[in-house]
Amino acid sequence: MTTVLRIDSLGVSFATDAGAVKAVDDVSLEVARGEVLAIVGESGSGKTVTAKSILGLLPETATANGVVMLSSRDGQSEHDVVAMSGPALREVRGRDAAMVFQEPSTALNPVFTVGWQLIEGLRAHGVPRKRARERAIEILGTVGIPDPEERIDHYPHQFSGGQKQRIVIAMALVLEPGLIVADEPTTALDVTVQAEILDLLRRCRDEFGAGIVLITHNMGVVADLADRVAVMYQGRVIEQADVRTLFSAPQTEYTRALLDAVPYVGHGRSAAAARAAARTGEWSTSAALVEASGLEVTYPGRLGRHGFHAVRGVDLSIRAGEVLGLVGESGSGKSTIGRAIAGLTRVTGGSLRVLDHELNGVREREFRAVRSRIGFVFQDPASSFDPRRTIADAVAEPFLIHGRAEHPGDARAQVDELLEAVQLPRAYGDRFPFELSGGQRQRASLARALALRPELLIADEPTSALDVSVQARVLELFAELQREFGFACLFISHDLAVVDLVADRIAVLHRGELVEVGTSAEVLGDPREPYTQRLLASLPVPDPVAQAERRETLRALRDAER
Amino acid sequence: MLIAGLVITGVFLLTALLAPLLAPYGFDQLRADGEAFGAQRPPSAEHLLGTTVGGYDVLSRVLWGAQTAVLVIIVAIALSIVVGVLLGLVSGYLGGWLDRVLVVVCDAIYAFPSLLLAILMSIVISGGQSSLWGGLLAAAISITVVFIPQYFRVVRSEVVRVKAEAFVESAKVLGAPAGRIMLRSVLPNATRTLPLIVTLNASEAILTLAGLGFLGFGIEPTAAAEWGYDLNKALSDVTSGIWWTSMFPGLAIVLAVLGITLVGESLNDLADPRLRGRRRAGVSSGAVAETSVAAEATPASAVAENAAGSTAAPAREDDLR
Repeated sequence: MTTVLRIDSLGVSFATDAGAVKAVDDVSLEVARGEVLAIVGESGSGKTVTAKSILGLLPETATANGVVMLSSRDGQSEHDVVAMSGPALREVRGRDAAMVFQEPSTALNPVFTVGWQLIEGLRAHGVPRKRARERAIEILGTVGIPDPEERIDHYPHQFSGGQKQRIVIAMALVLEPGLIVADEPTTALDVTVQAEILDLLRRCRDEFGAGIVLITHNMGVVADLADRVAVMYQGRVIEQADVRTLFSAPQTEYTRALLDAVPYVGHGRSAAAARAAARTGEWSTSAALVEASGLEVTYPGRLGRHGFHAVRGVDLSIRAGEVLGLVGESGSGKSTIGRAIAGLTRVTGGSLRVLDHELNGVREREFRAVRSRIGFVFQDPASSFDPRRTIADAVAEPFLIHGRAEHPGDARAQVDELLEAVQLPRAYGDRFPFELSGGQRQRASLARALALRPELLIADEPTSALDVSVQARVLELFAELQREFGFACLFISHDLAVVDLVADRIAVLHRGELVEVGTSAEVLGDPREPYTQRLLASLPVPDPVAQAERRETLRALRDAER
Repeated sequence: MLIAGLVITGVFLLTALLAPLLAPYGFDQLRADGEAFGAQRPPSAEHLLGTTVGGYDVLSRVLWGAQTAVLVIIVAIALSIVVGVLLGLVSGYLGGWLDRVLVVVCDAIYAFPSLLLAILMSIVISGGQSSLWGGLLAAAISITVVFIPQYFRVVRSEVVRVKAEAFVESAKVLGAPAGRIMLRSVLPNATRTLPLIVTLNASEAILTLAGLGFLGFGIEPTAAAEWGYDLNKALSDVTSGIWWTSMFPGLAIVLAVLGITLVGESLNDLADPRLRGRRRAGVSSGAVAETSVAAEATPASAVAENAAGSTAAPAREDDLR
């Protein structure tokens, strides 16, 4: 095997307002032809910076040293990217190494056709116009875009998210580079689409013989695609091993902790069973806190267009003390249902009763009093706190609004108690949100939501912006608080494994309609609907051996649907 | 640039404050010790910058003029900022038909020539009579009318941005009334561009007042010193070789506007980290930032996670649709 990329003691520093910060420290890696090297690590571990330095894409404030040696595809010449600049670097980009970006919708220019963007890259490397167009059509067909002759003149918005990522991969492949750098290529995509893109990347390796550097934080993706894995931590590579070795016998403590933190489908079942056993017969006949029947939410369309049906005819119920997990892909309407229950989105049809109030046609003034009985945890911890007020102020806000305290200081004792309940030191109350990490902020967010001891909590993707290790802790805390406070909860997530950990019952949404409802064991253990089966099979498990089997199952499922 | 701007503006403000002490004569003084100054005298020991065609001391008029300029700035900005910010806040937060009507009205005002409006206002307010406050208010109100749309626009667009942030929704979920959300959560986060417009408007206010004075709608010399009026009266002097009557008031206008504009421009640069100068880091220097789970408490990891959070967020925003 020939080496396409050799990184030797690479170091990268950034100039910031607070002085120089070292992002990558003494990293050495090698990638051979036809090999997939996965670089994993938490956010801030330097994995993306390493990837960018392979293509010389570091910003001006960064300084790199060391050697990044790229071999050309025919193995004739070698270039040190760190030492190159300007035209020489442009020559190498695309020809020797290409990049696949995280967010396909921003990686494509919306005002040009995809064909133009593909041809642009070819023309920059001296391919004549007519030949370039033929090549572009050919490559679009290769990555699985139907009718490439026609679709080449379409604009990016005319493609779906998965197709856009295929086109981005086509752009990377078009010059047949020896190395493809894929920076979180599937993070922005739904699991079912993710499985398809991973298949495509696997074909890039097998059919084109390209080496792939895969940057990801998702251990399932690693298990699915990678041949070798490098674990990065605080800017250094702390462990490098064959994928099977790494998953079966991790060497360092950190890797072990990282692997342990990954949620598996099937881990939450015993906890759910214990909770179910503790309930009395009375419970199942008690009135539900949330009762939706034929719930519909329509977003108004622009002038002369039909509105968009986000939720169509959904029947749901949540009883006291019960956690209902709501899963679905993006656009399935799961967040809309959560927002409708919290009164943030208007119900346009059917009936939605929340804590004995009908929300279809409710007036804000009547519902305000009910709000003290509902808590809400938002997805993005970065924006869910007012940046200008301290954490204690923010957590005291519910007390002030509902007249239980005159002044933020009056509620400080309760605030301290709440912070302690979510395992944050009391002193953190005096900090500002930006001084807390994402996980800490999400805990503070829980504290705020639980301040008035609500009967119902709505958690909208509370852990999807967090690293796996942080996510594991927040989920643990959530389960603990649920036991202690006994609130009912609507837990919204796109991640089946996360929902499995916390939920008693699971509801699966698809395009605004309810596909399947049942206990976690029923839905995840023995799914009846084909959509649920496909969703479950698409979810990569963090175990290379098991994942290979699952891949076959998924293929069979897909073939059966055709 | 910031330093130069601050120095010029500082001198301008100090002059306005200390005009009674600095100026050798009053702004409407025609004689000292019973003896008239005389008209159009060139600079001399008694009159450092000469005298005007009306027989006033040029230096004193220029120094007192700073006071009038500062007053018009304060009145104009105080009036327009309150109305503009309030309208922008309500319009941006509530949206709907109110928002649409206000936006159209403000666009219409944009299209209206401000000096014409100022002339109209000065006639309405003073009724042809000239006084310090009449002239001042005329200038200030006409400027206000033109400025309100600017504050309105800027605050409204910020409010629309902040309104979509999760912390505003979280206040809504907690059951906070709309007024409380607007004042406590939205407004403090929507004012970051205001200092810039304030400085730009301040310089525009001076220019409008000077323009009014120059066209003859200003303040009579007996009521207050005003640079534009002096320029107007100096018009005929220019062709007869009397340079001091027009040069110094003109210079005062240019310097005051320049100083305030410089401050405004550099505020803009300061607020934008990309425009702030920054040196490159030495070869791989600096410490490795703590980003581990164990060291979760350190601010460095918070920053790193922020970055991750903000890149992950847009990907899932379409969940809401």
